[in-house]
Amino acid sequence: MQSGKSDFVLKNINKSFDGIQAVNGFNFEWQDYKIVGLIGPNGAGKTTLFNVITGFLQADKGSFLLKGNDILKLPSYQIVKRGISRTFQDLRLLRQVTVKENILLWHLNQVGENPFKAWVRGTKYSEDQAKNNARADEILEFIGLQEKQNDLAGALSYGQQKLLSLGCALATEAEYLLLDEPVAGINPSMIDVILKILQELGAQGKKILLIEHNIEVVRQICDWLVVMDEGRKIAEGMPDDVLQREEIIEAYLD
Amino acid sequence: MEYFLHILILINIYIIIALSLNLIAGYTGLLSLAHASFYGIGAYATALMWLYLGTGFWLNIFVGIFLSAVFGIIVAFPSLRMYDDYFAIATFGFQMIMFSIFNNWVDFTKGPLGIPGIPSPSVFGHAINTHIGYFFLTLFFAAITYWLVRRLVNSPFGLVLKGIREDEIFTKAAGKNVTKYKILVFVIGGALASVAGALYAHYISYIDPTSFTINESIFMISIVIIGGMASLNGSILGAVVLVILPEALRFIGLPNSVAANLRQIFYGLLLVLFMMFRPKGFIGEYAIRKK
Ligand SMILES: Nc1ncnc2c1ncn2[C@@H]1O[C@H](COP(=O)(O)OP(=O)(O)OP(=O)(O)O)[C@@H](O)[C@H]1O
Ligand SMILES: [Mg+2]
Repeated sequence: MQSGKSDFVLKNINKSFDGIQAVNGFNFEWQDYKIVGLIGPNGAGKTTLFNVITGFLQADKGSFLLKGNDILKLPSYQIVKRGISRTFQDLRLLRQVTVKENILLWHLNQVGENPFKAWVRGTKYSEDQAKNNARADEILEFIGLQEKQNDLAGALSYGQQKLLSLGCALATEAEYLLLDEPVAGINPSMIDVILKILQELGAQGKKILLIEHNIEVVRQICDWLVVMDEGRKIAEGMPDDVLQREEIIEAYLD
Repeated sequence: MEYFLHILILINIYIIIALSLNLIAGYTGLLSLAHASFYGIGAYATALMWLYLGTGFWLNIFVGIFLSAVFGIIVAFPSLRMYDDYFAIATFGFQMIMFSIFNNWVDFTKGPLGIPGIPSPSVFGHAINTHIGYFFLTLFFAAITYWLVRRLVNSPFGLVLKGIREDEIFTKAAGKNVTKYKILVFVIGGALASVAGALYAHYISYIDPTSFTINESIFMISIVIIGGMASLNGSILGAVVLVILPEALRFIGLPNSVAANLRQIFYGLLLVLFMMFRPKGFIGEYAIRKK
């Protein structure tokens, strides 16, 4: 594997919670992958790794080089502006606002975020609003929720809510999508819908890192696999290769 | 007729207060018990500017807005680390501090004696000294407040506020600097409430600290809760109902002293009943307790 060429490099990431070393010297370089699967048993540190690299938890040590800049210390709201969008394992949404508004919230650097511009509503404001609205409609259509756009997000089924949280992550136009178990706990037909969407996004040039427990899902859509156990990376490679190895099967059977 | 206008003027003033507090409590979910402080800062800024410097209404209003904005930044700080009940208690503390300043810094604020004789404002060279004049002046400011708050809540700025109310982590992930918005909402809400205070001071022409107590803050939050969190029309309705209510109690023939006590009991009871049976208030879009 060639070094120094990757735009996305994790170096020696460490994070402990009083006593528990949740992430332990984690290294990773994103080569020419579209969809990377991050697997590992419960408590392996996958979500903690996401939280650290998206600024929701402070790392103890390490660096996250994005196009050569270390962004590990940036607050979460700035990390997303650097092109890294994420979803949450414990599904988060604004359940008391509409489906479309959930997506609209995720457009970055909106003119109308400034209260003065929201008061004055000049042409820049209107143009930006029109642009974001159109983009939100596009995303709604892409994820197939356009008919639900005016419903409260809390009124959607669980699977649709997961779909919506993915739609939100798209509105930032981030190059990298970090998805924490995007198909866990939803019915098989909805899983197929979401997997098709992820493959389509990969084809469009998005780079996806997804945490997933379902090995069949991983085999089906990932072109690279990283296995984590007890805070460490214990293997990585092509899914079919990695999934044959003894130690991986063992880690999972633990 | 004057009595009728007096009630309408008070309603206008409380509409400004309720709308500004709704921005903080209803839309952003920051239950503040310090709102009477901002109202007091506006009233005292006007009164003291006039008393010491002899300046007029328009300049005084801006000084009040400025001071309230500064105080808003301070009040916002606990909200960056504390949530829900804990935050409410912290704002309670700020309210007590401001009341103490109004009440105890006698050399400067005249303390419990208050400041009498605050003159009428003049608008385009006309002195506002009739009830009808005050009615239109307060209506004008209530309308502006409505317009300002409405534009905010129907904009991306307002959506971020709702995001903070419902899920701060989600809102941060959406690229929003939550800290900045919390401070901004207190600055804006506080500044608007200070305008209500300035109007009140000029209209009543006498202020003392008893108008800016924790009781007053609780009354303000009651208007917002009973009218409906995150509903602008709810705030208007709440202000109308809660300002008229004690007057109605007087009209059913109760002596003034009884009516005053009954008023407190009535507000309290109303709040309990709404919390139990209608947490969204009359027309709110958001229940205060969702868990
Ligand atoms: N906020 C926290 N405070 C204390 N300990 C935590 C915290 N978050 C995670 N941990 C611990 O860190 C370890 C890693 O947890 P993490 O949630 O990252 O695992 P995971 O790989 O995402 O697991 P799962 O597949 O179950 O989601 C666990 O032992 C967990 O108990
Ligand atoms: Mg997890």
